[in-house]
Amino acid sequence: MVDLSINCAGIKSPNPFWLASAPPSNSAYQNCKAFEQGWGGTVWKTIGEPVMNVFNRYGGLDYNGQKIFGLNNIELISDRPIEVNLKEIAETKKLWHDRAVVVSLMVESKRETWHEIVKRTIDTGCDGIELNYGCPHGMSERGMGAAVGQVPEYCKMITEWVTEVSTIPVLVKLTPNVSNIQLPARAAKAAGADGISLINTINSIIGINLDTFELRPNVGGLGGHGGYAGPAVKPIALHLLSQVAIDPEVNLPISGIGGVSNWRDALEFILLGASSVQVCTAVMHYGFRIVDDMIEGMTNWMESKGITSLDQIRGKSLPRVNDFGNFDLLNRTIARIDQQKCIHCNLCYIACEDAAHQCIDLTPVNGHNKTEVREKDCVGCALCSLVCPVENCISMVRIDDGSASKTWNQLTEEFRKNGKQMTWENLAEFQHKHGIEIH
Amino acid sequence: MKNIASKLPSEQYEKNFSDLHPPFTQNSAVAEANRCLYCYDSPCMKACPTHIDISTFIKKISTGNLLGSAKTIYESNWVPLTCAKACPVDVLCEGACVYNAKGEKAIEIGRLQRYAIENYFDKGMPALFHKAPKNGKSVGIVGSGPAGLACSAELALLGYEVTIYEANKIPGGLNTWGIAPYKMRREDSLKEVELVKSFGVDLKTEVMIGKTVKVDDLLKKHDAIFLGVGLGESPQLSISGEELSGVVGALDFIEKVKTENWENVHVGKKVAVIGAGNTSIDAATEAKRLGAEQVFIIYRRSDVEMSAYEFEYELAKKDGIVFHFLTSPKRIIGNSFVEGIECLKMKLGEPDIHGRRKPVPILRSEFTIPVDMIIKAIGQETKSSFLSSIPKLTLDDEGCVIVDRTTFQTANPKIFAGGDCINGGKEVVNAAYDGKHAAHGIDKFLSKK
Ligand SMILES: Cc1cc2nc3c(=O)[nH]c(=O)nc-3n(C[C@H](O)[C@H](O)[C@H](O)COP(=O)(O)OP(=O)(O)OC[C@H]3O[C@@H](n4cnc5c(N)ncnc54)[C@H](O)[C@@H]3O)c2cc1C
Ligand SMILES: Cc1cc2nc3c(=O)[nH]c(=O)nc-3n(C[C@H](O)[C@H](O)[C@H](O)COP(=O)(O)O)c2cc1C
Ligand code: SF4
Ligand code: SF4
Repeated sequence: MVDLSINCAGIKSPNPFWLASAPPSNSAYQNCKAFEQGWGGTVWKTIGEPVMNVFNRYGGLDYNGQKIFGLNNIELISDRPIEVNLKEIAETKKLWHDRAVVVSLMVESKRETWHEIVKRTIDTGCDGIELNYGCPHGMSERGMGAAVGQVPEYCKMITEWVTEVSTIPVLVKLTPNVSNIQLPARAAKAAGADGISLINTINSIIGINLDTFELRPNVGGLGGHGGYAGPAVKPIALHLLSQVAIDPEVNLPISGIGGVSNWRDALEFILLGASSVQVCTAVMHYGFRIVDDMIEGMTNWMESKGITSLDQIRGKSLPRVNDFGNFDLLNRTIARIDQQKCIHCNLCYIACEDAAHQCIDLTPVNGHNKTEVREKDCVGCALCSLVCPVENCISMVRIDDGSASKTWNQLTEEFRKNGKQMTWENLAEFQHKHGIEIH
Repeated sequence: MKNIASKLPSEQYEKNFSDLHPPFTQNSAVAEANRCLYCYDSPCMKACPTHIDISTFIKKISTGNLLGSAKTIYESNWVPLTCAKACPVDVLCEGACVYNAKGEKAIEIGRLQRYAIENYFDKGMPALFHKAPKNGKSVGIVGSGPAGLACSAELALLGYEVTIYEANKIPGGLNTWGIAPYKMRREDSLKEVELVKSFGVDLKTEVMIGKTVKVDDLLKKHDAIFLGVGLGESPQLSISGEELSGVVGALDFIEKVKTENWENVHVGKKVAVIGAGNTSIDAATEAKRLGAEQVFIIYRRSDVEMSAYEFEYELAKKDGIVFHFLTSPKRIIGNSFVEGIECLKMKLGEPDIHGRRKPVPILRSEFTIPVDMIIKAIGQETKSSFLSSIPKLTLDDEGCVIVDRTTFQTANPKIFAGGDCINGGKEVVNAAYDGKHAAHGIDKFLSKK
């Protein structure tokens, strides 16, 4: 039997799917409805300081007919008073013992204020606290949200104010709008956080109306940077997740967020070390019902692979995250085109010709063009296979036998030992020895 | 027959009866699934007579959860492979797809359903549902068509002991013996029969209830009975010459075609099909695809009144079938073999009580079409003699069994019925709905006892 249950920093839930702190987790009505449909947990929409939203607050990025490939927002934290939220949180938790109810907090940077809100939050009976250090707009100008997340010292100080009074697990939610995500993560660790959540939204402007020159979203003629989320941000989230997950100085459980739309996405986050995943945009697009396929799809996938618990695969791809200097320079692949499958669109040709290494030949045959790779010139970059619209038509084939292997780090070390400089001539000699000609 | 059409090379038969709508490849299925908007409370779902949660099963194709996709489909429909291939989707699910309103091509729901279900069979039918523990009650199902199969599957999962009695040697009803081979082959129907059997349903073939086993004995043996007996042959034309060699009933003819021994099914060089319903179109296109040189459809009314679906009409025209509208057969000409059919031209008169304009003959308009074969396809008779022999059953004017439309219970409380024998001949998908819901009617009835 497959068991989807997880434990993220001491917060347990029957499956890894949590609502992210955002509009879908705004109220008791919504969170309870989500639980009824199967969600394993929720991170309550951030509560705290008095705020007032502008009306028009979202912008969607559509891509080739797909709606909301990315979603941008200039929304603030909960626009309902703390008391109302705390009451609803307590009611929700009472009804749903087995689900994770985590409360996201953001208040002004005063020790007493934090102490007070943390204590009141714990009184609701909730399972954990998430500190929103990510909101990139509106709150950051007031010294909160990303303004904290971007400065490791603030991040540490405020986290300490929380952990010194909290009796329940504390997650620190990081902003991706930093140049090194490990620094705020380490600060959170140093301050005693129990886990990390990432990512919050990315600074962005979604687009411009070409008729009116207005930004989207447009608030009475004005616009500004908002937070970017949705399927488009997943690759960035995966990267930042991996960076925190492999950092031995952090070594904390992680709740992964950013562009999770289905069970496949969720598995990728888990393979890079996430304990739970959080979802916002996909729910904003389709509703809570998407969790049905998430649970069933993940269960079916695990069953087909003989995996019974997510612990067996958590972080399984992390050992593969490595530095360029350790990649084998002699692991040689070239492109091969399956002539039976080719539909003669010639996209591989023009991509290689104009943007890669000019090693696909185009020869007219029976009224169409035959595309053929000149293998000796192919550098195996894979661009042609990426542009090819036909499944398995261009495959990247490995041609070395694995007997020779040399990484950049090994090569520079070898040169150093032999008293050789890293010059173009010396590099060409190495390449020539292994039958590699770059022109 | 006087002039038998010459046989075709076997590759030609295979080509003529190959898939009208070829299957999706994985890429194209996922691309199409991603085009679906995943509507909430979707119109397509409402338009499907079995109310399959279409947006959900399509979403699951897009994420690669194909087993889950099949499960969503089976939750509503026990013969989804047949439905995917044979449903008139233009007037059902796909006709209701919101893309029509946007002026864009509807999602190909039928083909996506086929993709999910074929994958399920390819994977060896892994169990999707838990069977309730046996409740000690038994139900007898008469007929293994879609109505009987759906009722059996649902009851078996509810914990009933289920026995199907099927008169034919090969089960499946018209799914096996009726649906045009270019829509689906017999083996598809038999796969669906196998799935139902895998739930522990006992299938007894070559048992004709009313003959081999008496209805009374059946009523004694089981706690409840479900009738899914379908309909019978096309009625007599009641004109002279009907006994000549070369005059056949549509159902008989189509059944022969469905054996898939193409070269053993004789068709005339020139064939006339009488009637213009969907079965007539099937008979005509099948005769043509078997090698008939000319096929005519003869119908008393005009194209407006004909009951065949628009896409079936288009298919027939594409196959080169010639339509004689406002034409009524008067007598069949020939000595021992059919040589021709004498017809009378008609015109449309005043509308009758149903608003349908009645055809009236034009005097002295007789003309003769030389043909070698005549296929009678003016509807299907109900199994009224069998049905009226069953105690306390009530039938309507058309000979259909009268049931309560939510429980599918007949006037005899122990007997339930569904499919063609209650609706006078609709689609597979309607029979699938009836059978499933009758199972719940039976369950309600027997749980009360
Ligand atoms: C030529 C033709 C083509 C069709 N094409 C399509 C199509 O493309 N798409 C579509 O959706 N629908 C189509 N239909 C309609 C569809 O086949 C029927 O609506 C559907 O099969 C009805 O299912 P059923 O279970 O009520 O009856 P049937 O499928 O007719 O099954 C009845 C079964 O009961 C058995 N039986 C009858 N009497 C007894 C008895 N006394 N004892 C034991 N067994 C008995 C019969 O042998 C048969 O197996 C077509 C129909 C015909 C005639
Ligand atoms: C409209 C909107 C409002 C959000 N509000 C909050 C918030 O109040 N607190 C918070 O921590 N994150 C907030 N987020 C960020 C989300 O929790 C999440 O980190 C981000 O959207 C990435 O996940 P996704 O790609 O699944 O949407 C918000 C996101 C959106 C789109
Ligand atoms: S069963 Fe038929 S009508 Fe229903 S969704 Fe499938 S193809 Fe469409
Ligand atoms: S109506 Fe069309 S787009 Fe909407 S869910 Fe159904 S198939 Fe998809």
